[in-house]
Amino acid sequence: MISFVLRRLLQMVPIVLSIAAVIFLMFSVIPGTFVSSMNDDGRSVMDAEVAARINKEFGLDDPVYIRFGKYVGQLATLDLGTSFRTRQPVTTVLADRMWPTAQLALASMLFAIVFGVPLGFIAALRQGSWIDTISMISAVSGLSLPKFWLGLMLMYIFALVLGWLPSFGYGDGGIRYLILPSIALGVAPMALLARTTRATVLEIMDADFVRTARAKGMSEARVVQWHLTRNALVIVLTTIGLQFGTVIGQAVVVEKLFAWPGLGSLLVDSVTLRDIPVVQGAILVIVLFFLLINTLVDVVCAIIDPRIKYT
Amino acid sequence: MTGQALLEVEDLRIDLSVNGRRYPAVQDVSFSIRRGETFGLVGESGCGKSITALALIGLLRNPLSIGGGSIRFDGQELRDLSPDGIRKLRGSRISMIFQEPMTALNPLSPVGRQIAEMFALHKGANWREAERQAVEALARVRVPAPERRVKDYPHQLSGGMRQRVMIAMALACGPDLLLADEPTTALDVTVQAEILDLIRELSAAQGTAVLMISHDLGLIANMCQNVGVMYAGRLVEQRAADNIFLAPRHPYTQGLLAALPLLGARSKFGRKKLKEIEGVVPPVVAFPTGCRFNPRCHAATDLCRAEDPVVTSLPDSGLVRCHYHD
Repeated sequence: MISFVLRRLLQMVPIVLSIAAVIFLMFSVIPGTFVSSMNDDGRSVMDAEVAARINKEFGLDDPVYIRFGKYVGQLATLDLGTSFRTRQPVTTVLADRMWPTAQLALASMLFAIVFGVPLGFIAALRQGSWIDTISMISAVSGLSLPKFWLGLMLMYIFALVLGWLPSFGYGDGGIRYLILPSIALGVAPMALLARTTRATVLEIMDADFVRTARAKGMSEARVVQWHLTRNALVIVLTTIGLQFGTVIGQAVVVEKLFAWPGLGSLLVDSVTLRDIPVVQGAILVIVLFFLLINTLVDVVCAIIDPRIKYT
Repeated sequence: MTGQALLEVEDLRIDLSVNGRRYPAVQDVSFSIRRGETFGLVGESGCGKSITALALIGLLRNPLSIGGGSIRFDGQELRDLSPDGIRKLRGSRISMIFQEPMTALNPLSPVGRQIAEMFALHKGANWREAERQAVEALARVRVPAPERRVKDYPHQLSGGMRQRVMIAMALACGPDLLLADEPTTALDVTVQAEILDLIRELSAAQGTAVLMISHDLGLIANMCQNVGVMYAGRLVEQRAADNIFLAPRHPYTQGLLAALPLLGARSKFGRKKLKEIEGVVPPVVAFPTGCRFNPRCHAATDLCRAEDPVVTSLPDSGLVRCHYHD
């Protein structure tokens, strides 16, 4: 069991490294540099000499392979480099931004799980009823609503019209500020979870072992309790793990919209400024978070399902 | 016939609903099983054997439903019972064994727990007591080291062991009637005999009547006192096992028997191809008019194509559904 977890953690190393390589190469081929982005406002044109000095200071005048070599060397010592903009270590910059994003991702997934899974369950158990129809219609709409539009609508209704909740910002970090952005972010995974749960439950309801359970004289409630929940859980958990990745990826839009001081808005700002060390660091942290969540899900699934071998 | 009838099925009809229309998947099926008797139901795939068994315990699912007839079990009309009433009979008085023991057991639950559920459900046992009885139940179906096997999951057992678990489960509460739906079809030939012996021995010991469903005539001949041959949703011949194998009356039964490979037959008659019944079972939505077997029958006449034959009694008290039964 412990060796299974360790092995899974070790498997993350090559994944993280290859992602680091891809990001690094991508940012070295796209046009625009930190210096050119500073000229973008058009108010001042930077002196060529100053530009060369800045490039030299950040080592941007070296060839790509040398820079990549240096970068990997840094990574090995868990050093993500220095931000071009703030001159702070990237790790410090990220540390401030990690917690708000983790909060947002966890809150929106919690919202998605708490509403999506029971909704899918009930829809499956009452297949063809009005509950089923309504929940599946809302699931499809939830998947197709653009997040920025949904966010704006939530702001308009709950902040502007009703005045119940603050419209944007992190505020004091209280739950009041967290509600609207996590709903805006959580509706899509909720819809997807509802659909997956419904399909999973329906499939298991038709399984041979459920027929056996009925033949044993179990009531439908017992069948659900003893033979359905556990089996559905494995698939639902896997979906939850994968949805975590999507949620963190889409947090960029919602964070920007709600002025949420997380990794997503940091990422957008840093890309605009070509603050490459921060961009790379932020993406690596997001990838790491996704991998950790999915490793956790795999471990839990292996505990629930005896057919999954600890290899 | 002697003995008291435990199960009496009369004119059972099972409907298949397709786009709002109802087609008879099973029709005019009548048979009875005495206490302790083993009754065989034979036929090709798709002839309605399995759904007949499922109908008996109220487990038909959409788009299938009982369309008519009566099912009397121990004097009680099962069709009058509430869903909850028939549920209480399932497992305790009527049990069922399925064809594929791998999928019929929950892959995420230890087999001991799955057997123990029977005692918890029907005997009101607490889990500790139920688990203890599960060990005994496994020992009864001759699973070696039952106290260790109860902790195993289905995928850790062989096919034969899994089917033993199914039998232990089905017979756990000493049912009056066991429905065995192709219990050995998915198993190796060598294991088949052991499983059949087990069913025969345990049902005899408990006085359990068995409805044995199979497409394997050899198995039926070995196990059953009475046999019903089903074709396209109908019983076409129903007689004592000895008589049906010695002198089959219905052309379909004759065809089935002719299709049986006989050990040594090849050396005696030279290289001869095994006989088959040409064609396939018609789908429920397209049963032919007249006798349902007429498109495949070698002796079909205009009468067979026009008119549905009725059930006729034979001198040996058997029944046959054919215009030309003599």
